[in-house]
Amino acid sequence: MAKKRIIIGDEQIDLPDFSRFLGKGIWSILGIVVLLWLASGIYIVKPDQQGIIRRFGEYSRTTSPGIHWRIPYPVERVDKPRVKQVKRAEIGFRTIDFGPPARYSDRPLESLMLTGNLNIIDCDMIVQYRIIDPVKYLFKVRDLETTVRLAAEASLRQVIGKHDIDEALTTGKSAIQIETMENLQEILDMYESGLSVVQVQLQEVHPPEAVKDAFKDVASAREDLNRLINQAQGYQNDVIPRARGMAAKVEKDAQAWASERITKADGDAQNFVKILKEYQKAKSVTRKRLLLETMEQILPGVQLYILKGDKEGSLMNVIGLPEIGSKTGGGRR
Amino acid sequence: MKNYKNLALIVILLIFLTNLIFYQVNETKQAVVLQFGKPVRTVIDAGLHVKMPWPIQSVTYFEKRILDYDSAPTEILTMDKKNLDVDNFAKWRIIDPLKFLVTVQNENGAQARLDDIIYSELREALGLHDLEEIVSTSRSDLMDMITSASDSTARDYGIEVIDVRIKRADLPEQNERSVYERMRAERKRIANRYRSEGEEEALKIRAVTDSLKVVIMAEAYRNSKITRGEADAKAIEIYAEAFNRDPDFFEFIRTLEAYKSIIDSNTVLVLPPDTELLKYLK
Repeated sequence: MAKKRIIIGDEQIDLPDFSRFLGKGIWSILGIVVLLWLASGIYIVKPDQQGIIRRFGEYSRTTSPGIHWRIPYPVERVDKPRVKQVKRAEIGFRTIDFGPPARYSDRPLESLMLTGNLNIIDCDMIVQYRIIDPVKYLFKVRDLETTVRLAAEASLRQVIGKHDIDEALTTGKSAIQIETMENLQEILDMYESGLSVVQVQLQEVHPPEAVKDAFKDVASAREDLNRLINQAQGYQNDVIPRARGMAAKVEKDAQAWASERITKADGDAQNFVKILKEYQKAKSVTRKRLLLETMEQILPGVQLYILKGDKEGSLMNVIGLPEIGSKTGGGRR
Repeated sequence: MKNYKNLALIVILLIFLTNLIFYQVNETKQAVVLQFGKPVRTVIDAGLHVKMPWPIQSVTYFEKRILDYDSAPTEILTMDKKNLDVDNFAKWRIIDPLKFLVTVQNENGAQARLDDIIYSELREALGLHDLEEIVSTSRSDLMDMITSASDSTARDYGIEVIDVRIKRADLPEQNERSVYERMRAERKRIANRYRSEGEEEALKIRAVTDSLKVVIMAEAYRNSKITRGEADAKAIEIYAEAFNRDPDFFEFIRTLEAYKSIIDSNTVLVLPPDTELLKYLK
C-alpha cells in the first residue's frame, strides 16, 4: 500500500495508512478524530503577517505569508504579528474621530513640558512605528504599546529640555524630531522590543494658552521692526535718486550758464573788435553817430527838460518843471 | 471488547502521567521547580522539560520579558529648593527567579519593592542637582545614575533594573504661574527690543540718507561754482583781450550801452541847452 502524502504550503506530511482500519468500528472513529486533529494544524499567514511557531513553548521557526501546517495543539502554536502594519502613538492628544472632520481631545498633562531655559511649551507629537523583528516583538517585552508611549514621552521631554523655547517654536523643529526619533529608537533597541520607529512628527508646537498673547506680540514686534526698516529704505530710495537728479540739474545749469557766458563774451568781444575796426577808419564821425543814435533810442522815452540859457545849471532855471516823476505836463518833445 | 477498554484506560493514564512529568516553559517565561514547596532549580530555557511527578515536584512560572514599572508622580525638592513634580517609569526584569521567589514572591511584591528603591534613589540624585540641570543639561546622566544605583540594590531581589526614566519633570501649579509671569516678561523684553531695534535701524537709514543728500547737493554746488568761476574767468579774459585794443573807445561804447539800460520812461533828464545834441536848436 502506497503511503499517503499531503502537501500544504512548503510542508509535507506523511499520513499513516488508516485505510486498513476503516470499517472496523472504534478504529475508524479514532482515525477520523486523528484526521480532524491533524487538520486543525492548518493555518494561513496573511500578506501583512509573519507566522511565529513555538513548539512546547520554545520558539522554533518563522513562516512567511501563505498556507502552512504545524503540529496541532498542544505541541505547536502559532502567532501572527502584523509586521507590515504601521502603528501610531499620539502624545499630547488623542484622536477621538478620524472624521472628516477629525476631532481631537487635548491631553495637557502630556503636552505641557519644560524647555531648556525653563519656559513651558505645549507640544503634540505622533510616533509611527512598526515591527521589524517579530520574535523579539513577541517574547522580549510585556505590554509594548504602553512602553512605546512612555518611552516616546520621556524622549520628547528630554530633547525639548535641551532646546530653548524659541528653537522649539521655530527653527529647531526638525532637529527636535530627529533627536527624539534617535533617542526613542535607542531606548526601544535597549529593550530589544523588535520595533522600528518609522517617523516622529511634531504636530503642534505652541506656547501655553496663558502666555499666547505675549508671544503674538513678539511676532508683531518683529513685523514692526521689518516695517520700520522697510519704510526707512523706502525713504532712502525716494530721497537719494531725487537728490542725485537735483545735483545733476545744478551742475548742468552751471555748465549751460558757463557756455552761455563764454559764448556771449566772445560775441561781445568780436562785436567790439568789428566796431573798433570801423571806428578807427573814421573816429570822430563814428563817435558822433553812435552818440546820436543812442540819444535817438533813449530820449523818446524820458521826460526831458532843458535848462534856460544860463550857463550855471540850476534846477530853479528849469522851465515849467513839474513834480518829478509825474508824467503829465512838461515840455515834451 | 475488553481489549478496547484496556487500551482506552492505558491512553487516559498515559496522558495523565505525561501531564505530571512533563511541563512546558514558554518563550516569555522562566520557571522554578519546587520539591515539596522548596525551590530546587531554575529553568530559564523555553521548551519541554521533565520533572518528578506531582505531588513531589511542582513548577512556578515567572515572566522572562521586560516588565513595566510606572509610579505615580511624586514631588521632589531640587538642590536649589524648587519643587518638581516627577513622574518616572522603569523597565525591569526577573534575572534570578529563585531569589525573586524567596524575597518578593511575585510581581506585586516586586512593584512595592521597586517603589521604595527607585523613589529613594530618585530623591537622592535629584536633590543633588539644580532644577535647570535636571530639566536640560544632565537629564540623561542623572537617569543613568539612578538606573545603575537602583539596579545594584534590586539585584538582591533577583531583579535587574534596565532603565529608569524621568517621563515628566514639571513644576507644580503654583510655580507654573510664576514661570508664566517670567515668560511674559521675557517676551515683552524681546518685543521691546525688536521695536527699538527697528527704530534704531530706521533712524540710521534715514540719517545716512539725509547726510548723503546734503553731500550730494554740496558737491553739486561746488562743481557748479567751479564751472561758473572758470567761465567767468574765461569771459573776463576774452573781454579784456578785446577791450584793451582801445580802452577809450570801449569806455565810450560801454557808457552809451549803460545809458540805454539806465535811462527809461521814468527818468527825468535835464539837459543844459548847450549840450552837443541840442546845439542846433539855438
